[in-house]
Amino acid sequence: MLVVGIKSRPVYKGLEIDIHSARHLFALEGDGAGALLDQIKSVGSGFLEKAEILYVGPESQAGKLRELQSFDFWTAPTIPVLLNRLKASLQAARMGTRLYLSGTEGFIGQAMQVALDLGIDFNSIRTEHRGSTARRVQCVHCKGITDNVTTSPFTCSHCGLPLLVRDHYSRRLGAFQGVNIDAEEPGTAPRPEVLFP
Amino acid sequence: MNIEFRQETFRDDFTFRNSPAAIRRFPFPFHEDSYMYSVNMEPHVKGAPGSAFESLIDVDEHYISEMNDRAKVLKEDPLRCQALPHMMTSQWDTLELLMEQQAAGYPEHFSLIKDGDNWHWINRPLGIDQKFVFGDVSTLPYEPMEYITRQAQGDFCIVDQRDNNLWMDAGIATTQADWSLDFDIGMNFMEWHGPVPLAHQLGVFERALKFLLNLQQGKPVRRLNWTMTINPRLDTSPENYPKWGPDRTTVTPENVGNKVHLRCELQSLWRLPRSNAILFVIRCYLIKMEEVATVPKWARRLPRVLRSLPPELVDYKGLTRYRQTTIDWLSKFDDGAPTSPGIFPD
Repeated sequence: MLVVGIKSRPVYKGLEIDIHSARHLFALEGDGAGALLDQIKSVGSGFLEKAEILYVGPESQAGKLRELQSFDFWTAPTIPVLLNRLKASLQAARMGTRLYLSGTEGFIGQAMQVALDLGIDFNSIRTEHRGSTARRVQCVHCKGITDNVTTSPFTCSHCGLPLLVRDHYSRRLGAFQGVNIDAEEPGTAPRPEVLFP
Repeated sequence: MNIEFRQETFRDDFTFRNSPAAIRRFPFPFHEDSYMYSVNMEPHVKGAPGSAFESLIDVDEHYISEMNDRAKVLKEDPLRCQALPHMMTSQWDTLELLMEQQAAGYPEHFSLIKDGDNWHWINRPLGIDQKFVFGDVSTLPYEPMEYITRQAQGDFCIVDQRDNNLWMDAGIATTQADWSLDFDIGMNFMEWHGPVPLAHQLGVFERALKFLLNLQQGKPVRRLNWTMTINPRLDTSPENYPKWGPDRTTVTPENVGNKVHLRCELQSLWRLPRSNAILFVIRCYLIKMEEVATVPKWARRLPRVLRSLPPELVDYKGLTRYRQTTIDWLSKFDDGAPTSPGIFPD
């Protein structure tokens, strides 16, 4: 479960299928597949004939999604490849298309950036967090982004400073803020603690 | 009134000082002997001559040096000034407001002549004489917000109003108290205030937002906010925390009077006429403890205020390492006498 009460972090309310949509576009990562499968249990599979599913993650989940026989199913080898395809699908999307994102927070954040850049209102996007609570973090000093951060502090993968992960999230960057933890007395950073398993 | 502009620095050798007159006009942020967050907004109307409220956009003896410091920060880090594409109308609103207010408050230093959309701006302290077409970006050397805020003291945020919220969609921040424009741009009012402790639970932001959504044109409001800074450093950004963070460990009983500064933000909020956005001015004033000590009322009050702070606030404002040293030093000026209400010197 994600920590609650961070004012700047989006609330991931759940994937809830909008059955009135003309098209459904899913971008799913890893355990995010389960969020879609759980929806089918509650609303049935009727919407799948209008659904395009983009997936990145282990083959075990891909198999379950493939069996759904949705209108389109496509798997990506990596997140950046999926994001490219998501952009293409959104550029071609028509009125009445509903976007759904599920997976880790870092994945949802990056997919949402693609959607925001194309002018989609973030309030209209259905999201559900699944999988690890690892964070995507921007170093406030060098501006480099480190993915899958599970500890605080952690070492910035770009400039090497030990960073405290602040509970402050930017939707525009799809990332939390990392701030040098021992700036006042360099060399005094505490040992990393796994806070986001 | 002619201002005598000081040549001084806010980094390296830190030659910044306040003249005796600048000390008297410092907007001391405490109206009583204790402090807690509140929706402390009041109409932004002109105040007494010789105070920081004399003009609605205040220009003081530090003007030229502050503008030099801003130019240095922007050269090192252009991301300190950003505007999302839909903010261009509000950028022009901002340019007009700042030019008009500076020209009205200080006609000997600034002039604005309008002939339809052909405008002529003269900034004598900075030696600028600019003819341009209002609304035509190609006639200025920068986009309008950056152009005018390179000539105006304080940080500036332009917040867009939609969906019953305020969105920080443009701004310039080179004199900020540890917040990142690059990180916060695009956030709404609740989001960018996310890291502030205690105030959310007190309902402060909910009430402040409701109040600001109804802000009217021609009726700006203001509030004072504060923190403390070691050395007179304007650029205490999170980006540069590794540069200024170590200063906090250098305070001793011997140097506290010279090193520790009270940092006051005179924040004013203005509804903009064309865009319906709000211009949020965050004007920073610095005063060292030795200077505070020359005003008996403030020297009595400040140690009392510092003692009254809840621990969350001490931590959030970064005072932990030097608060007690500062209280100890200031306490010799506190004879226990009562202080008069309000912020102004007796």
